Amino acid sequence: MVDRILGRGREGREGRDGRDVPAPEPAVPAVDPRAAVWARVQLARNLRRPRILELLAIIADEFIELHGDRVFGDDEAIVAGFARIDGRRVAVIGQQKGADTEENVRRSFGMPHPEGYRKAMRVMELAERSGLPVVTFVDVPGAHPGPESEERGIAEAIARSVGLMTRLRTPIVTVITGEGGSGGALAIAVGDVVLALENAVYSVISPEGCASILWRTTDEAPTAALAMKMTAADQQALGVVDQVIPEPAEGAHTDHEETGRRLKTAIVAELDRLAVIPTDLLVEQRYRRYRSIGAYTEVITEAPVPPVPPRSGLADRIRGLLEAGQRAIPAPLQVGRRDEPPAREDV
Amino acid sequence: MPVKLPSFRSRRETYPEKLWTRCPSCSEQLFNKQLEKAQNVCPSCGHHFRLTAGARLGQLLDETTFEERDAGLLSVDRLGFVDQKAYPDRLAAAQLATGLRDAAIWGFGRIEGQRVAILVMDFGFMGGSMGAVVGEKVARAAEGALAARLPLIIVSASGGARMQEGTLALMQLAKTMAALERLRAAGVPFLSVMSDPTTGGVFASYAAMGDVNLAEPNALIGFAGARVGAGTIGQELPPGFQRSEFLFRHGFVDRVVTRADLRHELATLLRYLSPATKEDGRG
Repeated sequence: MVDRILGRGREGREGRDGRDVPAPEPAVPAVDPRAAVWARVQLARNLRRPRILELLAIIADEFIELHGDRVFGDDEAIVAGFARIDGRRVAVIGQQKGADTEENVRRSFGMPHPEGYRKAMRVMELAERSGLPVVTFVDVPGAHPGPESEERGIAEAIARSVGLMTRLRTPIVTVITGEGGSGGALAIAVGDVVLALENAVYSVISPEGCASILWRTTDEAPTAALAMKMTAADQQALGVVDQVIPEPAEGAHTDHEETGRRLKTAIVAELDRLAVIPTDLLVEQRYRRYRSIGAYTEVITEAPVPPVPPRSGLADRIRGLLEAGQRAIPAPLQVGRRDEPPAREDV
Repeated sequence: MPVKLPSFRSRRETYPEKLWTRCPSCSEQLFNKQLEKAQNVCPSCGHHFRLTAGARLGQLLDETTFEERDAGLLSVDRLGFVDQKAYPDRLAAAQLATGLRDAAIWGFGRIEGQRVAILVMDFGFMGGSMGAVVGEKVARAAEGALAARLPLIIVSASGGARMQEGTLALMQLAKTMAALERLRAAGVPFLSVMSDPTTGGVFASYAAMGDVNLAEPNALIGFAGARVGAGTIGQELPPGFQRSEFLFRHGFVDRVVTRADLRHELATLLRYLSPATKEDGRG
């Protein structure tokens, strides 16, 4: 609680600094909220932003990478393995973008295929069996959208991974370090606690994708980014992110060491906090966290009229009667005709 | 198979819209009443038109057996989302157009006498998108199925997560999967039926995860929008990409089932999967 208040307070101060600094042209700060949000999206996508491997080199005393999903192959867009962080043994999972073109091709620009998420699941289950907490580092534009990805069941892999994380019987600490791109991010981001770096973003669809659907042009991506409230601070206000970790003055890419140091402090604190919670309670709390997320209201409905229309046509009605007779279940003949229009194709 | 109906060849360019529907697949002009009688499947080419939630329930369930639950759930605009229209206005327009409060209905009913929990989606309500209300209904349907120890059936028709609810919509993937994992752990079966279209976050959560997955013929089923995929990767897409038969071929769908057979197929499967009750052994 104290941590959260502290985190939020620091974020507020840093946020103001942040807005002054990252904008390439030092315009009047925060005069255009779209530009401010877009500057953060650009920072989240910065090519020199530290990924899981760079961060582990700073955070971890030891790192042993594991490879392969045991079904299809090894996806280098996802890094998984064991690490020792300040003496604590954990399993680590995260997306890794490349530093140059060659590495980006090898790592599919950090967009995992199904085998990447299946490798992640394999390591999560191994961690559960070995009593190791899981720490995930999320930085992904989105899961790979190509034909091979669909052929091998990217949706099934994401769904299964999300499901596994909701019930995994070991603590999970998630850090959104860069881009939190939709289902490809959530597949490794269901945690007991969700941290985010200050300039990280998290969204249900890329701002370009959202703009092209709702505004019919990608030029409106900054507007979409603002509307989706995708910055770390906004995500904290929505309750999706628990704590925002301030970045060194000009952003994480300018100072990997300091970013890693701050991240390490936060991760270690959360690991220690979660370690003392009994597993049953931990899993129940995680379940309730995700079970209760999302806003809705509920109006009292008085005996709702069933929206089921009777099957139309005399033959159908007779068949309905006969079936009812065979089952010996009293099914009164529907006399009222429905008056709703027939279903129509949208397009 | 549906009754063979006489085909009506086009005799003039325009038909009164309220009476006729043009099949987008074979361009046949179809008389609405006959189309409806054929379960909204084109009698000449077998194209499966999209169904409203009400029509879907009417086709699948025994007459008058549906008892709706949680009908009063309403979406809330947590983000203050405005694109070319404000989200509350979009909701109001969709409610007016469909007569539904949101894009899903759930409740209990019977299929050939077998009691089930069933949730159906309606693409006509904001593209069947999943926000907090749809997610909540799926979770409650799973919990209701678990409490009553009845099989759960979900008929999906959705473009994915609802952008207007931002990451709160994305979190519904976790909400629905959390509830379904508990259902699975309790040994209660879940049948997923994918209709046109089932894409994005709905496919990447409950729709893909049935104990048995069924799909209507030629339904669009995929994770990434085909245009998004092609645009990003600059790759040729294989023929029939992201259609039911494509998924069937790659092992993610158990059976591609025509609408005329769907009710009976579900009933047949339920006789194998239902938790033991006195109704077992029928048929």
